[in-house]
Order: sequence, then structure tokens, then C-alpha cells
Amino acid sequence: MSATVPHSFWNNVSYNARRYPLGVAGGIIMIVFVLAAIFASAVAPLDPFNTNAKASLAAPGPVYLFGADMMGRDVLSRLIHGARVSLAVALGATIIGSGIGCAVGLACGYIGGWFDLLVQRVTEVMQALPLLVMALVITASLGPSLRNTIIAIAIPLIPSVARVIRSNVLSLREMPYVEAAKATGMSEWRIAIIHVLPNTLAPLIVLATAQLGSTILTEASLSFLGLGVPEPYPSWGRMLSESAAEYVRTAPWLVIYPGLAISLVVFGSNLLGDALRDALDPRQRD
Amino acid sequence: MLTYLIRRLLLMIVTLFGVSVAIFLLLRIVPGNIADILFDSAGMIDPSEKQKIIADLGLDLPLPLQYWSWLNGVLHGELGFSYVSEKPVIDEILPRIPITARLAGLALVFAICAGVPLGVISAVKQNTKLDYALRVLSLSGLSMPSFWLGLLILMACVRWFGTIPIYDRAPASIWAWIAMLAIPAASVGFRSSALIMRLTRSSMLEILRQDFVRTAKSKGLSDNAVTYVHALRNALLPVITTIGVETAFLMGGLIVTETVFNIPGVARFLVEAIRWRDYPMVQNLVMFIAVVVVTVNLIVDLLYMLVDPRIRYSE
Repeated sequence: MSATVPHSFWNNVSYNARRYPLGVAGGIIMIVFVLAAIFASAVAPLDPFNTNAKASLAAPGPVYLFGADMMGRDVLSRLIHGARVSLAVALGATIIGSGIGCAVGLACGYIGGWFDLLVQRVTEVMQALPLLVMALVITASLGPSLRNTIIAIAIPLIPSVARVIRSNVLSLREMPYVEAAKATGMSEWRIAIIHVLPNTLAPLIVLATAQLGSTILTEASLSFLGLGVPEPYPSWGRMLSESAAEYVRTAPWLVIYPGLAISLVVFGSNLLGDALRDALDPRQRD
Repeated sequence: MLTYLIRRLLLMIVTLFGVSVAIFLLLRIVPGNIADILFDSAGMIDPSEKQKIIADLGLDLPLPLQYWSWLNGVLHGELGFSYVSEKPVIDEILPRIPITARLAGLALVFAICAGVPLGVISAVKQNTKLDYALRVLSLSGLSMPSFWLGLLILMACVRWFGTIPIYDRAPASIWAWIAMLAIPAASVGFRSSALIMRLTRSSMLEILRQDFVRTAKSKGLSDNAVTYVHALRNALLPVITTIGVETAFLMGGLIVTETVFNIPGVARFLVEAIRWRDYPMVQNLVMFIAVVVVTVNLIVDLLYMLVDPRIRYSE
């Protein structure tokens, strides 16, 4: 019955899934990582915190599939638990950054005037600094912790989101249906929330997915530099920083697998992001 | 043109002023005075010593006054003294700049030399296996942390050559410089090359569909002449803009790459200064990075205007 309805949600999804197989692949990669993160304790073969002097730097084998680190902790289990930290930071930062950016962009498009000008100047100030530099300075200022890492990565995301939403709002405001809503006597704020905001959702989703990858990379870089998520959370970036200097020669598995996990999840989010952009925002298609 | 330039320069000054205020305040909302941190980390106990530190660093002055004395110093080329080495900040930063500049330049050259041709090939061979392979390559370039790629290359060097190219002393000749920096430059430039490749491809595809390309083909020009003479010139315009945007990303990449390869440049120095809580250093280094990013963006915009006569900024 529902198969004959041309515009049902699931029809739309399956149509787009067939059009963008790479996006589906990216989505599957993301889902696998998210599930691993959620059910980390059930999925991980061993305890990620359990040290074992006898297994120090054990090479990959039947017990330690991806090897063990210097303290004899299972790399695979630490990676699975690390997914929790890395994805929580990435998702948290992306949601906070996109949310605030969306609100700021909407306000700019609607209030305009001095507020818009002020926000534009602040945006330019923020864009004069590379994302990682700003995140570094913010963590340096707030001190390293899980919460502060999320904040430090979220703040630099705000300007680009605000900019996209602002230009979107400016064009949406001229739409006939907004005029119609105005004619019926709806207040400006109700129009902004009920009519304009939902229509900025597509570019917002596209942008947020694209940013997800860069937040994961930023978290990895911060943790790699020792200024990200602190102990006892096993973040992927910190696993690399712990092993980078000493074990490049002796225990390559300590370097290869965490980096592979980062690359794979970012790769997945990039594939998904590209497909979403093509499907939702045809103007940007390449 | 002149008014545009003046307007841009004024905006640039406003932006840099904003950066200076932001970074100054950001470093002072820290819970705990800088003097406390210094005091604790130096293992001093005498409270009078602490008062002396506070007075020496001018931390007892009100914030606007502290800011003014820093800004005044910056405008006169006096950046203050490092808390850690107690040497003038400028003497610490200046010798590191050429190292980072060389690395960044080499990375950019690598990114353009690899990104543009591969992007063109990908576009010309659209939807072939080669195109798919190149697209996966560029997407993986955007997905890999540059420091991990650097580590992988180091590991490969150990395996095949038995040694790691580590920066121990300043190389003598320009060739020694290039040999020393080639591997870090490639690992940090790979991301940029992936982005440039993607952009070149999509902009090539758009140009190849246009009327003037069809005209060039129909008047009997060879495929190569059409692609490289007519299409590529136009396709490169958006790529120039990316190079401006990419400078900021490159800076971020340099921070981790210089750390991995132990290169004593400006970018790694920022991390060290942050670790040591050397605030005068952090403040000035961040300002320096902002100046570089803003200047490069201005140059790229002007270049864009020179290359594309259709664009003329009025006002």
C-alpha cells in the first residue's frame, strides 16, 4: 500500500539510497561506529583499563587481536571504548556549534542592522584564526577536560554555520509564502520559527555532516598534542600520542590502528556528507 | 580599486584589533592568576616572591592598562619577554619563522603540483575507474589526520631505509633543506592537495560543459588544447580562492606535523608555549598567525582580481 504512495518518507529514502550508494556506505560506517560506541562494554573483547605486565607490547594475535600497549591493555578494546569519547566529543561539538551558529545566523538575518554588522566583524575575527589554533587557545584557557574539549571545538564552528544560515534566511524572507504569512497577520518571530527555520534545515544538515569529520580530526589533533580529552578516557588521538614517539619502531600496531579508526570514521562521515549535499542541496552539486 | 584596497586594509586592521582583544581576554579568564601557575611550577614558597612576580609582569595593573601596554609594545616592535626563557619574545619567534615558511611553501607547492593535474585527469575521465580511484584518494586525503600520515611515512622509512629523517641541525644548502622538509611537507600538504583536486575536478566539469569549450572543439582544436589551454585556465580561478582558505587549515596541520617530525618552527612553538603557560609568547604567536592568515587572504583576493578581469571590486 505504502509502496504506491509516491512521496512517502521511506520511498524517498530508498530512492536516494539507490542513487547514492557511496553515501549509504558512509552511513553504514558511521552506524557501525556509533553502535560500537554505544555498546562498547558489550562489544569490547577485553577490559580497556585492565593492565597486564606480561602482555606489555604484545603483538597482534589470537588474544589481543590488534595487539596490546605498553601497559598490556588490549588495543582493540581501547579503540572501541575510544569511539565513545571521540564520537561524543565530535557529535557534542557539532550539535552545539551548529545550534548556536543557526540561532546567530537566524538572528542576523532577521534583526539585521548593527547586530548583523557586529556579528560579521566577530566572524571575521574568528576566521582569522585556524580552527586548531583557536581550539588550542580555548583549551589552554579553560583547562583540559572532556567538557572543555567539546566547547573548544564547538566555538570555532559557529561562524561558518551562522554565515550559511544568514544568507539562507535573507533569501527565504523574500519568499511568497513568508509574505502570505505576514499578510495573515503572523508575527515576525512566529514566521521565523515556523516558516523560515525549518527551511534552513537542509543546508544545516549538510554543513553539520561535513563538519563532523573535521571535529573528529580536531579532537584527534588536540588529544595528540596532549591538550585534549584527559585520562582516563581512551581517546583515539591520545592513544596515538602515547605511542607515537617511542613505538614507531618497535610496536607499529599502536600507531596503525588508532589512526585507521580515525580515518575510517572521518571517511564515512565525508561520504555521507557528500551524498547528503547532493541529495538535499542541489545547488552545490559537483 | 584604490578605495577598495583602502577599505580592505581598514577592515584588516579592525579584524586584527579584534583578534588581539579576544586573545588577550581569553588568556585572562583563566581561573588562577598566571603568577600562581608560575609560582607553583617553579616550586617557590615565599609569598613576597609572588608579589615580585606579579609586579614584574605588570599583572597588578588594571586589564585595560595591561592590554594597552601590550598593544603599544606590539606597535613599536617590542613584544615583551618570554616567561620561560626570559629572552625577548621577538628573538624567540623570528628565527623560527623561516623554517615554518619553508615547510608551508613546500607543502603548498606539493599540494598544487599534485592536486591540479590529478583533478584535471579526474574530470576529463569522468565516471571511469580512474576517476573513482582518484576521488577515493582525495576523499581519503581529507579523512586522514596529517600527523598520522606523517607517522606512517616515518614507519615506512624505518622499515625500508632503517633510519628516520629527523631534524637535528639546520641544513646547509637549499637542496638539503628540501630533502629534509620533503616528507613533512608531503604529509601536511596531502590534505590540501586532496581539497585542490576535488575543487579542480568540479570546476573543470562545469567549465567543460560551457559553450566556449564546445566552440573550441567544433573549430577543430585537439582535445588536449581544449582541456589545457581553454578550460584549465578558467577552471583554476576558484582554486586560487581555496588556496587562501586552505592557508588557515595548513597552519593547523603544521602544528601537529612540526610536532611529529620535531621541526623547530613557529607552529610547534605555539604548542610548547601553551604547555609552559608562557602567555606573552602565546599572545604574540597567535597574533602572528592571524596576521599571516589575514594577509594571505588579502593577497589571494587581489590576485583573483588580477587574474579574472570580470571581477572588479567597486565602491
